[in-house]
Amino acid sequence: MSSISTKLALVFASAALVSACSTPKVEAPAPVAEPAPAPVKPVETRVVAPVVAPEVDPLNDPNGVLAKRSVYFDFDKYAIKEEFNPLLAAHAKYLASHTARKILVQGNTDERGGREYNLALGQKRAAAVTGSLSALGVAAGQMEAVSLGKEKPKAAGHDEAAWAENRRADIVY
Amino acid sequence: MNAVNHLSMKNCINSLLFVLSMVCMSAGAQLHVEISGVGETQIPIAIAGFTNEEMAPQMVSKIIKDDLTRSGYFKVMNLLGSISETDTVDLSTLKSQGADAMLVGSVQKTEDGRYDVRYKLYDTNKLTTLSFFNVTQSPQFVRVAAHKVADDVFEKLTGIRGIFSTRIAYVTKSGPNYQLEVSDADGDGVQIAIRSKEPIISPAWSPDGTKVAYVSFELKKPVVYAQNLVTGQRTLVANYKGNNSAPAWSPDGKKIAVALSKDGLTQIYSVNVDGTGLQRLTESFGIDTEPQYSADGQSIYFTSDRSGGPQIYRMSSAGGEAKRVTFTGSYNITPRISPDGQTLAYISRRDNKFQLYVLDLGSNQELRLTDTQDDDSPSFAPNSRYIVYATEIAQRGSLGVVSVDGRTSQRLTTQAGDVRNPTWGPFMK
Repeated sequence: MSSISTKLALVFASAALVSACSTPKVEAPAPVAEPAPAPVKPVETRVVAPVVAPEVDPLNDPNGVLAKRSVYFDFDKYAIKEEFNPLLAAHAKYLASHTARKILVQGNTDERGGREYNLALGQKRAAAVTGSLSALGVAAGQMEAVSLGKEKPKAAGHDEAAWAENRRADIVY
Repeated sequence: MNAVNHLSMKNCINSLLFVLSMVCMSAGAQLHVEISGVGETQIPIAIAGFTNEEMAPQMVSKIIKDDLTRSGYFKVMNLLGSISETDTVDLSTLKSQGADAMLVGSVQKTEDGRYDVRYKLYDTNKLTTLSFFNVTQSPQFVRVAAHKVADDVFEKLTGIRGIFSTRIAYVTKSGPNYQLEVSDADGDGVQIAIRSKEPIISPAWSPDGTKVAYVSFELKKPVVYAQNLVTGQRTLVANYKGNNSAPAWSPDGKKIAVALSKDGLTQIYSVNVDGTGLQRLTESFGIDTEPQYSADGQSIYFTSDRSGGPQIYRMSSAGGEAKRVTFTGSYNITPRISPDGQTLAYISRRDNKFQLYVLDLGSNQELRLTDTQDDDSPSFAPNSRYIVYATEIAQRGSLGVVSVDGRTSQRLTTQAGDVRNPTWGPFMK
């Protein structure tokens, strides 16, 4: 407080000096009524200004449940295994509360079999995912189920480990 | 930025698509051809060099000899030196040496800078001339002139139309780069139709050989395009919600049958070439895909797993009731019907091997044509006698060509990367 009084005093003092150093008068004009200087408002120091921190989209949280975007399938199967229910529930909840968001669900197969038939099989996997999401309340207009068949394998090997990795549907935002 | 880079041999400047490089690529890596096996009967034919053929960019007699040998129908007897179509020949001596026919000819340059290949085909038994003709081509296509001579020789002596001057289209993958390429049936004269960083599958020639339809994944989902090979112009055939794939042209060139998942499961539809006029053709509770029109346009063969596993069916090209065609094995896909309507080719999985089979539709006899394990994408030559297909050798994609009776075969490989999805082009003028 005292420092502020000192500052105020200095302000008054310097104001006085400035007025004292104004241009010298040639002749004495009629006195002009000068308006009284506006009173300086004291700064309220007890006010707290609220700040809203920017919201982190849960979609971008690398540790959040939405970071998981892949559902894996058994050989020749399109059924969603139980272990993926929490993942689908989380994405469904997010999509239901962010209706401007759209997803592409890309189904994949392992490398065995014909290209076109596998394209259709991958489609069934993608459709199983969008079907589950739909049952959980996601609007059809927010989703598209497509397939990459065996054309874009994630794992390059020719063994069961690679094949299992490639039997997969990915949720793409 | 468009992920697709399109270049066409003659029209790089006129290309309507964004071009990443202004260099016109005319040659991709050539396919290397290896042959094996011989046909049931081989016609012995004596062939000399064509006079003046060294002046042309290609040695036409060598191309002709290679074509005829590769066909499996001929045993080529090489004659030393060169003999032109105006030279006198001693057919009786050749007959006594075992030749049933003799081919001679010459190459001349025309006033407008093209090459004129003249030839004469003799029958050494009847001592007659079977063919006396010429073919003229620009320097760039001297190869085609040689192939046309070989076609004529083939047809005169076997009664079957030759396919040496036809072309094939196929997809190559090298690292992250995909290309749709067109080459002569012998793998030479490669031209690049389209380059992409995303997969291209299922190319299909239009009946007049000027366009190719294919599936591209450049939009992160399968979409069907039709591309005019001559102009480079590309039209969108189908991009409905879900998958769009398996294009097949109707024989009159007006419609394309496609497999679409727009209504849930993958089913077969037809559209006009410009993408209008969508019509649904199948209504099953399984996957229906891989439609193929018969040559008369009356039927469509297709793959369906409506009975539990994938099998081949036939329906009217207007859609409706389908009749099952394959009954052996639990997995039969990728039907292809020969242009003469007599043979059905398909891929069958037996004992975990995916192999090329043919079914004689008259006798209902089935024949396995390959000994490899990962065959895909069969395609008939327009004379119905050969099938080109994709296979895997030493874990690399390569192409095979096999005669319908299984006796002669060839392998076509690239130096680097994989080749897949071959489709045999039609007869062209």
